Parts: sequence; C-alpha cells; structure tokens
Amino acid sequence: MLNTQIIADSFPALHQTIGDNRLVYLDSAATTQKPQCVIDAITNYYEHDNANIHRGVHTLSHRATKKYENAREQIAKLLHCSRHEEVIFVRGATEAINLVAQAYARPRIGEDDVILITEMEHHSNIVPWQLVCEQTGASLEVVPVQDDGSLDMEAYKSLLTEDVAIVAMAHVSNAIGTINPVKEICALAKQVGATTVIDGAQAVGHLQVDISDIDCDFYAISGHKMFGPTGIGCLFGKYDLLQEMEPWQGGGDMILSVSFEETTWNAVPFKFEAGTPNIAGAIGLGAAVSWIHEIGYDQICKHEQELLAYGREVLLAIDGVDLIGASKHNAGVIAFTLRGVHPHDVGTILDHAGVAIRTGNHCAEPLMKRFGLAATCRASLCIYNTREDLDSLGVGVKEAMRILG
Amino acid sequence: MSDLRELYLEMVTDHAKSPRHRGKTDPCDCIGTGHNPLCGDKIVVTISLDGETIDDVKFDGEGCAISTASCDLMAEVLQGKTIQEAKKLFQGFHELVAGDGTAESVPKKLSVFSGVREFPMRVKCATLAWHTLIAALDGNNEASTE
Repeated sequence: MLNTQIIADSFPALHQTIGDNRLVYLDSAATTQKPQCVIDAITNYYEHDNANIHRGVHTLSHRATKKYENAREQIAKLLHCSRHEEVIFVRGATEAINLVAQAYARPRIGEDDVILITEMEHHSNIVPWQLVCEQTGASLEVVPVQDDGSLDMEAYKSLLTEDVAIVAMAHVSNAIGTINPVKEICALAKQVGATTVIDGAQAVGHLQVDISDIDCDFYAISGHKMFGPTGIGCLFGKYDLLQEMEPWQGGGDMILSVSFEETTWNAVPFKFEAGTPNIAGAIGLGAAVSWIHEIGYDQICKHEQELLAYGREVLLAIDGVDLIGASKHNAGVIAFTLRGVHPHDVGTILDHAGVAIRTGNHCAEPLMKRFGLAATCRASLCIYNTREDLDSLGVGVKEAMRILG
Repeated sequence: MSDLRELYLEMVTDHAKSPRHRGKTDPCDCIGTGHNPLCGDKIVVTISLDGETIDDVKFDGEGCAISTASCDLMAEVLQGKTIQEAKKLFQGFHELVAGDGTAESVPKKLSVFSGVREFPMRVKCATLAWHTLIAALDGNNEASTE
C-alpha cells in the first residue's frame, strides 16, 4: 500500500494554502512539483561543487563533471538505453525535437518525402516539422484521433506509405492523456524505412519507458515533467544515427580541435552539447531519477490509475460535466468541460478553492479543433495526489456549476 | 483572499448567460476581431455609426463569463455615445479593472467589473471587448490581449 503521506511530505511546495484552502495541485502535466531531494541536489551542487565541466583539472571541476555525467548514466539506465552516450542533454523536449528536426531530418529529406504526425500532438511536435517542411518542401500528414481520444491505427497504417521519411508522435498526449502504442507504431514505421521520433515528455514521469523495447530512433524527455528542474531535458538518439549526424549548434565543448582552417567535432554526445550546459539542472534531474527509482514505476502507475478511475467517477457524478477523450489506455490526465461554463471561469473558481488545474487549449489547438472546442479543463494527476484532492476538485466543479451553469 | 462573489456579481453572470447584444450590427460601419491567445477566445465586435455617434454595438464569438458580460455591458453603455466619449469610457474602464482604484467614475453598469482588479489573471478577459472596440473604431481590424 502506497503511503501517500510520506510521498506528499517530500514535496515542500504542496504544503501551503491558497487563501483559506489547502493547495490541491492537479497541474502536473504542465510541470510536476519537486521533491526535497531534487531541491537539495541543486543547492548542494551550488554550495559545494559549482565549477565548469569537462575542462578544469581542479577538484571542483572534476566533481561537477562526475555528477553531470553520472546524471546522464542514470537517465540512460532509467530508459534502458543500450549506452549512455545515446543521451544528449538539452533544455527540454521542445529543444530535443527541434534538434532532431534540424540536425537529422532537414539535411536528409526532400520534396517527395512525408513527415507523419498525429492530430493529438503538442505544438512542440507540430511546429518544428512545419519548419522542416518549409525548408525542404516535404509535406506534413496527420493521423486522425478517434472520438474516445485514441489514435486511429487503421488510418495510421494507410498513411504509412514508402514516402514517409519521419513518424513523429507523442507517447502520451498532454491534453487528454492517451497512451499511444508506440512499440507497434515504431515497428510499422520501420517496415517502410521511416525514422521514428517519440515525444515522451508526458510519459517518463508516469510510466516505465523501455527505449530498447520500443525500438524508436529518437525519444524526447523533459526534466521538469518528471520531478526535475525546468530548463533541462534529454534527447535519446540511436548511437549510429547520432554518429552520422552533423552538429546542431557550434561552440565550446562540442569540438575536438579548432583552427581557422579546420575544426573537428567531439564525440557523441558532446558533439550536440555546445557551450556550458545546465549543469545544476542535469544534477537535479539525476536526483529526480533516483527518487523515481525509490518509489518505483509499479507504484506510480498503480496509484495514478486508481486516481484516474476515481477522478472520472467524481466528475461524471456531476450533472453537466463531459469528459473529453477518455480512452481506455490513458495516463492520469482528465480533460473535461462543463456545459454552459467556460473553462477559464472554471479555472478561476477552482483556484479560489485552492485547486490548481490547467484551462485553455493546452498547446494542442488542432486537437481542440478536432473535438470542436476552443478550450477544456484539465486535471492532471501525479504520484503525490490523493482521493481527497479529487474530492476537492469535485466540490469546486459543483461550485462552478452553481455560479455559472 | 479576493472574494469570488465580487467577481461573479449577479449582473455579470446574468449578462454572461443571456447576452442582449449578440449578433452583427446592420449597417456594419466598423468591425474588429479580438483574440485572447491565453484561452483561445475570439470575439467580433461590429459598430454602426451615425456620424460621430455610436448608433449600435454588437458582438459575436465565444468567451468566458467575464469576457461575454464585458462585451454585452459595453454594447449597452455605448449606445448614443460619441466616439470620443467611448474612448474616454475605455480609459475609465481600464483604470477600474487594472488601475490603482482611483478610477474616474464609470457608468454604474460598468462598475460591476471592479472586482476583476483582485483577479489579475482575468483583467484581459474584461478588457478584450474594449480593445477590440477601439481597434474597430481606429480601423485596425485585429486586437489581441498579448
């Protein structure tokens, strides 16, 4: 049995009141709260080890380098990568996808090629590909989403022609929580020779991701959505692909030697990490990975699935609530609307009750359009949430219906 | 903590639920589109003029309770006002919802939005109607809260 109190106690930001009410944080899909161990790891680094990495011979530089590289190994292990050099530190999933789009896709595709994405993508997995299409003349095609929020796999299969060069899609939808069958998707893509790019921003904090099992070519993660700090994330890339790619940005650390005549690149992954990276961020992310290991994905998944079922039940019991895209294979994201009440008003009324949810288009305008909505309310769950949190959500939603419904 | 009841006064919720000035003016002398990227709201404000005097204002589109009620009550108070008076009203309204509270007096119907000041995240919802109106009067077809 999960001791939710011990878990909640690890997150200092959760212990506060909003007005007269206890904070109920149901916006973890936007960013998760940070456990004390992550905050301590960052503070500790700045208090004791702060130095630049990969260059100094002095003790602090050695310590900082060791911690930074240790974080890379932890992430490689968490994701079951075959080697830790396959993990590149970036600012977040957005930067990871842009890196693949510009450094991998752009030089390799042309006007006969197709980039295949889905209707449920976050803007960060749409716009980088639109840019590549503009730059290369390639075309963008979109796999539709079904009424229950799941991906239309039949449509995917028929859109997956020999012309498809890249398949890019979310592992878990940020807006409605659908878990896509990425292993099957990647296997099918492989049959037509397409390169696969999975946006795992919403997955890694909530479910075990085994990259060698999924067998994708690239996988993007975001540190702050998995208990780590903002401004740090990772791109996983298959070693051979990373080897054959040209660098993305030039600068210090990504070179072996520089002269005005010729510059040679550093090895993977350093080739893609120009400039002083977010050292503290990487170390904080490493601490977040340790925390996840301590709790274990089995517990995280089980707890969030129980809460998901309970949360749906609480909301469906309220007259006037509609769930949006509540698929069978869903992560802990509940998207909903209240008949006759705008999500923005729901957000304000819930905030007043101490309940933090996200309202709006969730950076997924095409998906909103597909469901005929301008905006939704989204309650997103995490290991530190409780049934009481969802009861508070229910009370707030009823209050919104009373005021405006 | 700010009081929710001051934000959602009965007059506000009433106009949000049953707006009286939805539609498009005929004739339509000015038109403006307002967009709040934060919530995805889009409204269209149309105006019919009699010289320098506003004959009628209507609005269309979807928005939250604050933005809908603001559109509707704006349309109500502007009938028969001159363009200059409308711009002055906007200044007074802006001061009321986003200023320091020393607003010049605004018509009673607009003062129901004084509670918005306590909800900084909702100021843009209240002012979208007015930004769109001014854009329409100035011949700029688009206004954004950003």
